[in-house]
Amino acid sequence: MTVLNSRVPEGPLADKWTNHKNKINLVNPANKRLIDVIVVGTGLAGGSAAATLAELGYNVKAFCYQDSPRRAHSIAAQGGINAAKNYQGDGDSTYRLFYDTVKGGDYRSREENVYRLAEVSANIIDQCVAQGVPFARDYGGLLDNRSFGGVLVSRTFYAKGQTGQQLLLGCYSAMNRQIARGKIAMYNRHEMMELVIVDGKARGIIARNLVTGEIERHSAHAVVIASGGYGNVFYLSTNAMGSNVSAAWKVHKKGAFFANPCFTQIHPTCIPVSGDHQSKLTLMSESLRNDGRIWVPKKMEDVKAIREGRLKPTQIAEEDRDYYLERRYPAFGNLVPRDVASRAAKERCDAGYGVNATGEAVYLDFASAIQRYGKEQAHIHGLDENDKDLVKKLGTEVVKSKYGNLFQMYEKIVDQNPYETPMMIYPAVHYTMGGVWVDYNLMTTIPGLYAIGEANFSDHGANRLGASALMQGLADGYFVLPYTIGDYLSADIRTGKIPTNLPEFDAAENAVKEQINGFVNNKGSKSVDYFHKRLGKVMWDKVGMARNAEGLKQAIEEIRAIREEFWKDVRVPGAANEYNEELAKAGRVADFLELGELFAIDALHREESCGGHFREEYQTAEGEALRRPEFQYVAAWEYTGNPGEAIMHKEPLEYKNIEVKERSYK
Amino acid sequence: MKLKLKIWRQKNANDKGKLVDYDIDGVSGDMSFLEMLDVLNTQLIEKGEEPVAFDHDCREGICGTCSLFINGEAHGPDRLVTTCQLHMRKFNDGDTIYIEPFRAKAFPVVKDLVVDRSAFDRIQHAGGYISVNTSGNTQDANAIPINKEHADKAFDAATCIGCGACVATCKNSSAMLFVSAKVSQFALLPQGKVEAKQRVLNMVEQMDKEGFGNCTNTGACEVECPKGISLENIARMNREYLAASFTSNT
Ligand SMILES: Cc1cc2nc3c(=O)[nH]c(=O)nc-3n(C[C@H](O)[C@H](O)[C@H](O)COP(=O)(O)OP(=O)(O)OC[C@H]3O[C@@H](n4cnc5c(N)ncnc54)[C@H](O)[C@@H]3O)c2cc1C
Ligand code: SF4
Ligand code: FES
Repeated sequence: MTVLNSRVPEGPLADKWTNHKNKINLVNPANKRLIDVIVVGTGLAGGSAAATLAELGYNVKAFCYQDSPRRAHSIAAQGGINAAKNYQGDGDSTYRLFYDTVKGGDYRSREENVYRLAEVSANIIDQCVAQGVPFARDYGGLLDNRSFGGVLVSRTFYAKGQTGQQLLLGCYSAMNRQIARGKIAMYNRHEMMELVIVDGKARGIIARNLVTGEIERHSAHAVVIASGGYGNVFYLSTNAMGSNVSAAWKVHKKGAFFANPCFTQIHPTCIPVSGDHQSKLTLMSESLRNDGRIWVPKKMEDVKAIREGRLKPTQIAEEDRDYYLERRYPAFGNLVPRDVASRAAKERCDAGYGVNATGEAVYLDFASAIQRYGKEQAHIHGLDENDKDLVKKLGTEVVKSKYGNLFQMYEKIVDQNPYETPMMIYPAVHYTMGGVWVDYNLMTTIPGLYAIGEANFSDHGANRLGASALMQGLADGYFVLPYTIGDYLSADIRTGKIPTNLPEFDAAENAVKEQINGFVNNKGSKSVDYFHKRLGKVMWDKVGMARNAEGLKQAIEEIRAIREEFWKDVRVPGAANEYNEELAKAGRVADFLELGELFAIDALHREESCGGHFREEYQTAEGEALRRPEFQYVAAWEYTGNPGEAIMHKEPLEYKNIEVKERSYK
Repeated sequence: MKLKLKIWRQKNANDKGKLVDYDIDGVSGDMSFLEMLDVLNTQLIEKGEEPVAFDHDCREGICGTCSLFINGEAHGPDRLVTTCQLHMRKFNDGDTIYIEPFRAKAFPVVKDLVVDRSAFDRIQHAGGYISVNTSGNTQDANAIPINKEHADKAFDAATCIGCGACVATCKNSSAMLFVSAKVSQFALLPQGKVEAKQRVLNMVEQMDKEGFGNCTNTGACEVECPKGISLENIARMNREYLAASFTSNT
């Protein structure tokens, strides 16, 4: 085991980034033209990075598996993006955003990175507005804000429930401008299959053209991984169907350390599972907790009656409802952080109070908000505040204007009208805080290989606060990587084009072809999904919201067994040299089956509870997470030929500017 | 539910393609349309046949990847939803369902139900952006207040997901609704006004080059658009285009 060097610059916290920028090497504009950079992924992180690098003058090659960069999964983000603008004058500041993020992450993130994130956050909003991102505004024409969980200020900028879409289209437009200039070569429907390392440096990738099946070689002076998170290791998650760990896992297998894989976020407000056919889970944005109140019935007989359809939730009297978040956490109420809210829902459902047939659902109720807004509107317009129908109508309009698309989405899926009856929600896998280990410059342990956005482990520690992922993706891509990568590339101005006929490219290409041929020639009997679902079930049952040593050990064994069976019995119809979705899926699931094991190993080693990682053995008397000081480090795993034999390296975490306290939201 | 499916199968762009019959049983109303196709595909794979290729990703109506012409309607019979949000409760036991790709000259078939919509991207390359550098050295976000009505309208236009249902629905395969949504978003915002003229001319020129048809104001696109993009945008684009054509000297 070695101790990792995170290359954090010297100086006081608030000056580090500026000092660093002043000192690092730059590449002059004429020389940038001689340098190629590959960016894998076109979400907020990859899209913003590709556009900015191209604008600076580098030759960028960008890759995505979808048919257009505009469809990257960032498009699905709903609720908003944080920034320390303090437009509301409610006491926000760079320090407070930094503080909230470190605390929200349960003191498992790197202090200096988080500070930088908070520092550049305000700039993101300026940038996006200049690009034409239509954020929500108030009647005075200024930008509006809302609150998210785990904070006491309103710093979240939003565009109804489609914030990710609008931000991604902003990146996409910035990319389009560079594509038109010929500075970005865009490779749609291309999947990165392997990293190519030459003389110890990342120098290219092998990609598969998903339409023709052709295996292609691409070289560059540096490679950036921006391939998103790995939540789909659980099969069911709020991620897109194609979201995968493969790019990140392939670089891990080539030497990049993988950090804190067990730090995964289970989001409290998702639409519950409806049956075995389920292919994915749908998030109901956290912003709904601004106005929705979460509850289950107090009395078991009411629960039974509801499940049997004898009673409607609206018929349960106020005093018979258990608003358990408001009860347990009066200071933050329904706006506690996600990990806390998810565990509290699980606690109530495990105790038998779940409100649907499977017993895995709680209510998210908007009736009080509709009343409150309705009365306010009636008052503003000088109408009768006691006219029930009028108040309801006016209140419904306000709620609709804030969350209309989310309510519509809910109604389409569940076939119930959430303006009339409370929504049913349950936690689901949503985001992965773990990922490829990077230093302060966002470089991995492989020189010239960078990881940004959800793909890196970065800034969220053991739990991410709502609206912080969009902020991080754009911060990395617009404002951090474009500077730090120059420091590395300044040594490459005389290197010249990297040829693709090197033996390292041959070897990487052969390995890829071998795997593909193995799949299409395997005479198995089960579909890829069959194995993916089985893996997902083990992950959810034993490596999910609550974990214990016994279960984790079983999970490790079970995952190994599924993996073995997968290689023997998977069936991939069709050929290698054509459009073949099953083949693409097979490669992704093969990687999930390896990651899943490392994930469980990491969870087993971390004998504490923190953020989204809850070990049943380590909890306080009140059932809250029990953090242990001896685990105040990042666990970065090195691949040595088999996930079961990965070697752990530690990056100790020091908090010099924040006092490490017990996280309390009471 | 038991259903009869008639699905377009086409090996690749050069193949002629044809409708093939499939029977499927045990479909529940809570399944999404794509989950129903997942069930069919699992059955095909286990029988050793090739699954039906279709495009999809987010499965929550926002990425614009899914398509499908279902019983003659883009994204199927429900309104204001994409195919991935369409649920089987909209169908009845014993129904026959025709499933075909989005058809248009500018959207060639890749395989089965998958089409190539890169023409949309090329229209965006032609002008779907505001020429501002991403350096962050811009003015404060609140420096220019924007009238809420304009901001909201710009947002509504910006919610287009680029799915192509408007093109597939239009008898002329016109892309006017899609293009006008982008043109409108920027035309409504002060930041976008600076380049408005050049933008509309360039985007329209590229649209014509890609082989999309003319708009004859039938309005079918608005009806089938899963995001409710309004025809008002087409009217706005026509005004912008006319004004730009008269005053532009390029
Ligand atoms: C439903 C939902 C709602 C959310 N809401 C919010 C919110 O309100 N606020 C917030 O801050 N965060 C939110 N998040 C989290 C946030 O959206 C994501 O963390 C963030 O968008 C990730 O961005 P990214 O650029 O890192 O990756 P992504 O946007 O996932 O992009 C990944 C890119 O990599 C490409 N790719 C992947 N693998 C390969 C491969 N092997 N080869 C080639 N290309 C590849 C993909 O094509 C894609 O272009 C939400 C997430 C979800 C799922
Ligand atoms: S205008 Fe509507 S139908 Fe056309 S691409 Fe946009 S969202 Fe799809
Ligand atoms: S799959 Fe994303 S919109 Fe349908």
